[in-house]
Amino acid sequence: MREIEAVYTVWLREMLRYVREKSRMIGSLAMPIFWLLIFGSSIRTSIDVGVDYTSFIAPGIITMALMFNSIFSGISVIWDRELGFMKEMLAAPISRLSIVAGKALGGATTALIQATFMLLLIFGIKSFASEYFIAVKMDALVFLMMIPMMVLIALGLVGLGIAIASRLDTLEGFGLIMQFVIMPMFFLSGALFPINNLPNSIRIVTYLDPMTYGVEMLRSILIGFSSMSIILSFSVVLIFSCSMLLIGAYLFNKRS
Amino acid sequence: MAIIEVKNLVKVFNDEIRAVDGISFQIEQGEIFGFLGPNGAGKTTTINMLCTLIRPTSGVATVCGHDIIKQPDEVRKCIGLVFQDTTLDDRLTARENLELHARLYGVPKSDRQKRINEVFELVELSNRANSLVKTFSGGMQRRLEIARGLIHYPKVLFLDEPTLGLDPQTRKHVWDYILKLKREYKITIMMTTHYMEEADELCDRVAIIDHGKIIALNTQKNLKNSLGGDTIILDIPDEDVEKVKKVFKKSKIFDSQVLLSVKNAGREIKKVLEKAKKNKIEVVEANIRKPTLNDVFLHLTGREIREETVSLREELKRRRMMRGH
Repeated sequence: MREIEAVYTVWLREMLRYVREKSRMIGSLAMPIFWLLIFGSSIRTSIDVGVDYTSFIAPGIITMALMFNSIFSGISVIWDRELGFMKEMLAAPISRLSIVAGKALGGATTALIQATFMLLLIFGIKSFASEYFIAVKMDALVFLMMIPMMVLIALGLVGLGIAIASRLDTLEGFGLIMQFVIMPMFFLSGALFPINNLPNSIRIVTYLDPMTYGVEMLRSILIGFSSMSIILSFSVVLIFSCSMLLIGAYLFNKRS
Repeated sequence: MAIIEVKNLVKVFNDEIRAVDGISFQIEQGEIFGFLGPNGAGKTTTINMLCTLIRPTSGVATVCGHDIIKQPDEVRKCIGLVFQDTTLDDRLTARENLELHARLYGVPKSDRQKRINEVFELVELSNRANSLVKTFSGGMQRRLEIARGLIHYPKVLFLDEPTLGLDPQTRKHVWDYILKLKREYKITIMMTTHYMEEADELCDRVAIIDHGKIIALNTQKNLKNSLGGDTIILDIPDEDVEKVKKVFKKSKIFDSQVLLSVKNAGREIKKVLEKAKKNKIEVVEANIRKPTLNDVFLHLTGREIREETVSLREELKRRRMMRGH
């Protein structure tokens, strides 16, 4: 019971910070929206992926919103350390696991809010301009299925962020993470192009990218079109998220 | 029984740095106990061990009767902590910071607001309760941290360099709060400092620590008395040095200054001056110096407790490294 209160407290702080940081809220939405609107709508007429292109990249762009927010939340452990607040949490009569759990749930919640906003934006655009997102299934059941799936992806990514943060001393490496973790994970995930037609060498790398399965899983649900079965993509995402959370918790505990 | 008991506590970092090298002491309930020593003497490491933030390499200690290794959660519940560098969340309001703390320490919901308002009043920050912490000055942040450390009604409050980096006026202010805590709440306080006046002003007893060892532990008065009394300083012209050597055989002479150790300088200065006059030694100036804790440290180690020899930023960085953060 004490530990549940502790997890809730750490989560509550993440929420309080989130509502204070309007710039972060808007900043992490801007990039996916640009991609969706500019890239999606400009390239749709000149590319054939077997389905309307804006529909095709919609799950990928939602994944992008999840990635930015979740990994950022995980990495904020470094901020907490520099700020000193981490010490306040570490010195309290609560377990380290509660801190990690609170951070993970907090990060997943903010990511979910941002991604849900993207999803609603897609639904909204589809309602007003029906030539966009033709294949997107807009109904309550799809929406309700998307939520837990997005949470699952987000949790794994927060775990990844916490793991990275536990290996880094300062925020100086943050730009590198952006370039060498987030961007490759996104571009190799099949968010922007179908993976079955890729040359073999790249396809192997694509299959090693956990986000590939995240994107394909969301794609199966949102537009009912995917290059793999949802059972496969869901299983891989489940394994990825559980192991990332465990690794994140392990490294966090080891560090502090 | 003492509220804090420490026996042969040792902390070795990376198999070579003996940050704390076998210290033992006891702190009685209701006392303000000072840990005085130069930077890097092992003060913070000791506090971190007693607060269960790091594990000792060897030795035992109990806080409020709980073993720091076997019952860390019990220890944590009965202590309050104010670290030397701020641990507030500056993007949140003062009240939010205190609320989070109350929750982390399991203060019952029905008591939370009452206690929060109480500590706000104690440190006179009630009117800023809903301001963001980042708008607070350094002194206000320190006061807020002291307030936060009290919400869960700790029996012992640990203050690690409570006035580090504060200006003299704010420092005085923080001192007042600390004395108020002892007076009105009968709370036991263990504090570290490398400011002599701070230890002198606030503490009931002081442990002087150097290179991880306690080299003296007593009340400030007894520590100073152990030096054998006061010092009379006479400024004399260079040509009189030889005469002084003959007349005041026990004196120490540096350049044109003569240092005389006496029991009570106020009483004996008259005799000294008369003796000088009789022997035709010209005294340009005579001064009396009461011993300070710095003199005690100087006497014990042959060094001064240097203040701020390294830049503050570097020092904090080094300490953070030692703590493994």
